[in-house]
Amino acid sequence: MEQFLEQIASGLANGAIYACVALALVMIYVSTDHLNFAQGEMAMFSTYISWQLMNWGLNFWVAFVLAVLVSFVLGVIIERAILRPLHNAPVLSVVVVFIGLLAICNSVAGAIWSYLIKEYPSPFPKSTFGFAGVIGPHQLGVVLVTLVVLALLFLFFRYTPLGLAMRAAAQNPQMARLVGVRVDWMLALGWGLAAAIGAVAGIMVAHIVYLDPNMMSGILLYAFAAALVGGIGNPGGAVVGGFIVGVLENMVAYVGNMIEKTTGVYIIGNGEKLTVALIIVIFVLTVKPAGLFGRVVVKRV
Amino acid sequence: MKTNRRTFIGTASAAAMFPGAAAFGQKKYDDGASDTEIKIGNTNPYSGPASSYGAIGKTIDTYWKVVNAAGGINGRKITFISLDDGYSPPKTVEVVRQLVEQDKIFALFQSLGTPCNTAIHKYMNQKKVPQLYVATGASKWGNPKEFPWTMGFQPDYHTEGVIYGKHALATVKDAKIAVLMQNDDFGRDYYDGFKLGLGKEASRIVKTVTYEVTDPTVDSQVIQLKDSGANVFFNICAPKAAAQAIRKAADIAWKPHQYVVNVSASVAAVMKPAGYENAQGVITAAYLKDATDHQWDNDDEMKAWRAWMDKNMPSANKADANHIYGYAVSTLMHETLKRCGNELTRANLMKQASSIQKLRVPLLLPGIFVNTSPTDFYPIQAVQLQRFKGETWDLFGEVMHAESS
Repeated sequence: MEQFLEQIASGLANGAIYACVALALVMIYVSTDHLNFAQGEMAMFSTYISWQLMNWGLNFWVAFVLAVLVSFVLGVIIERAILRPLHNAPVLSVVVVFIGLLAICNSVAGAIWSYLIKEYPSPFPKSTFGFAGVIGPHQLGVVLVTLVVLALLFLFFRYTPLGLAMRAAAQNPQMARLVGVRVDWMLALGWGLAAAIGAVAGIMVAHIVYLDPNMMSGILLYAFAAALVGGIGNPGGAVVGGFIVGVLENMVAYVGNMIEKTTGVYIIGNGEKLTVALIIVIFVLTVKPAGLFGRVVVKRV
Repeated sequence: MKTNRRTFIGTASAAAMFPGAAAFGQKKYDDGASDTEIKIGNTNPYSGPASSYGAIGKTIDTYWKVVNAAGGINGRKITFISLDDGYSPPKTVEVVRQLVEQDKIFALFQSLGTPCNTAIHKYMNQKKVPQLYVATGASKWGNPKEFPWTMGFQPDYHTEGVIYGKHALATVKDAKIAVLMQNDDFGRDYYDGFKLGLGKEASRIVKTVTYEVTDPTVDSQVIQLKDSGANVFFNICAPKAAAQAIRKAADIAWKPHQYVVNVSASVAAVMKPAGYENAQGVITAAYLKDATDHQWDNDDEMKAWRAWMDKNMPSANKADANHIYGYAVSTLMHETLKRCGNELTRANLMKQASSIQKLRVPLLLPGIFVNTSPTDFYPIQAVQLQRFKGETWDLFGEVMHAESS
């Protein structure tokens, strides 16, 4: 029973990480209709920026805010400088650009900060408050931060004119342009927001997986799975999807252990965590192609 | 006398049968060596997921540059051609073929990675080009009967595993052992050695769980290990996962006797990220000095290495153990080439590499020497156990010379 609780708690904590990165993926998808393969590496780069700022003596939260702002600006710049010329290019060209960005971010970070893993501080107090052994303060903090980011996004898109304009630009660019929304800039803002959310995700993750240029490679896979399960166009869905994938992978190992213990036969276990998670994604998408919480987009032809 | 074709072949093969006698003291060369240069090839992952190891290739490259600036080896400059294989075996095959067939290297030195070296193992031996001092600890590199052109460098994982197994049995009463291992050759090599070390008591392993290199964390695995009720934890992980496992064990209040493999013994890359307070008492086996370990601060070899780094690689991170490793293995290659004298044939290189007696290589732990023979292709086979205490490793016990089976 104790193991069961610990596995659930650890699954939720991992799920929060996937949820954060999945949120960033959804942001870009919602505002530009693309899946950004470089999202993880951009988040990693932002995390290095915050690490560098802390190394120069800044307080964690100051570095956090600065890194998020810098990432926002970088995201906007990437959109304006690199993706804007590709607005009318086929999807494959854009994919190639994303993969190029991934490789560039990774190598540049390695060249500047070296590939040696670095520890990254946790902003949350060390004390354990009744959850000792089941969930640590950092894990709990990550879950909270993810939920706060989600709430902020919701408020932004629902109640601010800018949020409304961004939604309009994404859903119907031509109409939006006709009513005076600057669609190009909205796309850039979408990139900025995604980069900023990525920065938050990276900074939260770094304490758990440590800081190194390849820290996001594994996580991005799970984040894609999370975003797809929840519905790639739905931020709330992405967060729920993240938690589902996180808990699910731990449950695969847990159930596998139980089966092995009672029957003595090894069926599934740690080696199949990712496989089973991905099989479930395929299953969900076969039954509900738009994801669990996604809206089916009907286009009139 | 008329020389017909048959007598010509006869004399030529007679000369080939007794090369030593005819060429004694003369200069002799194979491809890749001449009066002015020796061409050494190398592969390293400068890109991709294993790129942290690229630091080894860079250190070796710098080492040869410094040697060349000081006049080279026996008057010959080293041309070091190091190519990126991204830790991908098919790519290794491609670039090594290029090195051997186009660049005509004299020998391949320190090609990195167990899967990468496995992919070129047969090829190098067919071509009879030395594959010297490879950068992997797998136990298969010391097999002179079938692969006379391949030799390892560091103590092999298998031997190291045996040592942990024996130590755990000898020191922990009623040992119940939990193992966390990377799900590949690296993990299995250690695991097999460990089981061998336990011998008849192998059933003391109560739980073995694996992780994949793509897993973001190993938290879930450590929880399973704790649940098994084990009091010994053998941590066969790459640095990042090793640090996560040590920290998670402390987080969930699991306090077993811990062993961590040498691959993940770096203070800077594992113990510090794991948290010094969580890593107290962890045991590992070492053969090299750790630059982040303060007990070597006044050590002459360490000081010489620091000065060398400051002068030649000022921007490199000295906490990175790969620089120590690259420097030490280069010194060994330097010495081996020097001993070849003017007979720079591949056969002679292997002969010199396999007849090293009690050679002291800088930065090895005190009491550890390089020993090889025509039947012993494991240059370093001694390790010493050390326990983590405060912020450094504390060596204890004797230097152990293990002969791997």
